[in-house]
Amino acid sequence: MSEEQIKNLETQFEARIARDEKIEPKDWMPEKYRKTHIRQMSQHAHSEIIGMLPEGNWITRAPSLRRKVALLAKVQDEAGHGLYLYSACETLGISRNELYDQLHTGKAKYSSIFNYPTVTWADMGAIGWLVDGAAIINQVPLCNTSYGPYARAMVRVCKEESFHQRQGYEIMIKLANGTPEQKEMAQDALNRWWWPSLMMLGPTDDKSVHTEQSMKWKLKRKSNDDLRQQFIDQTVPQADLIGLTIPDPDLKWNEETGHYDFGEINWDEFWQVVKGHGPMNKERMKARVGAWERGEWVRDAAVAYADKKQNRKEKQAV
Amino acid sequence: MKNQNLYNYILGIADNSLILGQRMGELTGHGPSLETDIACTNISLDLFGQVRSYYQYAAKIAGDKRTEDDIAMLRKEREYVNVLLVEQPNTDFAYTIARQFLFDVYHFMFLTELQKSRDVTLSAIATKSIKEVSYHQRFSSDWIKRLGDGTEKSKSKIQNAIDSLWTYTDELFHQVEADKVMVGENIGVDVTQLKDNYYQRVNAILTEAMLEVPESKWFQKGGKEGVHTEHLGYLLSDLQYMQRAYPNMDW
Repeated sequence: MSEEQIKNLETQFEARIARDEKIEPKDWMPEKYRKTHIRQMSQHAHSEIIGMLPEGNWITRAPSLRRKVALLAKVQDEAGHGLYLYSACETLGISRNELYDQLHTGKAKYSSIFNYPTVTWADMGAIGWLVDGAAIINQVPLCNTSYGPYARAMVRVCKEESFHQRQGYEIMIKLANGTPEQKEMAQDALNRWWWPSLMMLGPTDDKSVHTEQSMKWKLKRKSNDDLRQQFIDQTVPQADLIGLTIPDPDLKWNEETGHYDFGEINWDEFWQVVKGHGPMNKERMKARVGAWERGEWVRDAAVAYADKKQNRKEKQAV
Repeated sequence: MKNQNLYNYILGIADNSLILGQRMGELTGHGPSLETDIACTNISLDLFGQVRSYYQYAAKIAGDKRTEDDIAMLRKEREYVNVLLVEQPNTDFAYTIARQFLFDVYHFMFLTELQKSRDVTLSAIATKSIKEVSYHQRFSSDWIKRLGDGTEKSKSKIQNAIDSLWTYTDELFHQVEADKVMVGENIGVDVTQLKDNYYQRVNAILTEAMLEVPESKWFQKGGKEGVHTEHLGYLLSDLQYMQRAYPNMDW
């Protein structure tokens, strides 16, 4: 294809997106579009899979049967999200095994928040309330993103995330209205998860490398800073309502802007965790790589069995 | 308690689901593939759903202040009456599948009969649960076949797991006092009647999976009387942790 033809295709492509048309797997797309989508969607899928670990950590110890069932269902939802995000990714011509390989070798990133440990039951509440809360703010705009399979996956993901968020908040309500020990547990969880949750919305706009192109492709519709402000404005009243204190002495309502002002985020900590030196980075990778390696003989057996079955079928047909 | 036998009988059913559900829940996030991970979590979820129905009913029968969670989480090790099979650890995926398979075949037959119970609550729980257990049985049987007729390695691993767990199968058909009384009242299932069919079905699937049916006639029992393998205590430490560390609180 000549350079001019490609340019022509690109112009048509951008025009389709501008008209809010969906791009489907078989449509022509610029290579950069394909790569950017593989990167973002797989990162999202990996986050779902790694995200199963901190919560999975409390399944055997959930305090009541009702909570155990809800937690199991939640973590199962996350596995489901991973599954259809990987599938959506595969429509762009990359296999799930290749994506796993990128995760296991550290080439692909996942949401840094999952590199923090879950040390009490209240962390199940804080994760649902804050982490899923921040995820929804990131993800709702993606229901209208330009790539069809991703947009459709996100519609379902967001519905379930919103349920998880309410479930998490409900755990916090119960703790906050419980015994002094329970309330302290809830406050402690909020203290530990608040700042990492703010970091989840990404680096500040001046430090964010992907924003401009992503905006054009509707992979992103608001800047990181705007999303973060939205998250804070939404969450602070929820904390107030249940008598928990946001661990930020600089947090205060600003009449003029109509938003909360908030304190300095420790970006050194953010980059430290992103670069692999958070409290649980090594453990999370060890768990995933370990599960994958221990499962190899199982996957091999499934393939061998399917092949044998196919052969028998063919022989019968002859 | 007026209905002590019925109460004990319900626990005898429910504890199996509780302990097996707990074992399956340990695997979430650590499965050999995403699909099996989801399936194992789902089985755990189904079993805990059943557990809740049984214990809520048991709590009602007890008629005092105890709740489903008290029954699930505040008994001593000697008071759990699950069969030894379900408490065996997730040594590897072969053990997980073998344990599930050996239990599922029994569980399906048991619930089929329990649907006919004179006790309408038990019958209703059985009718709801059997749909789920039918899926569990299909999942574990399919995996027995995949592993048995897959690679040399998988065949040897699943054979080894079946051989090891075989010793716990006979206990499924052992009756304790409450079982006998409940059978007499047309509430309980006469498990002794299930035994021949059970081994026929298990043997057929093992054979189809190119596996040997173990010949050992040495069996272990004791779970139904609360005498467990050493594995149970550790499982309960996890299960009961919150209730023990923070007693008398709502969650």
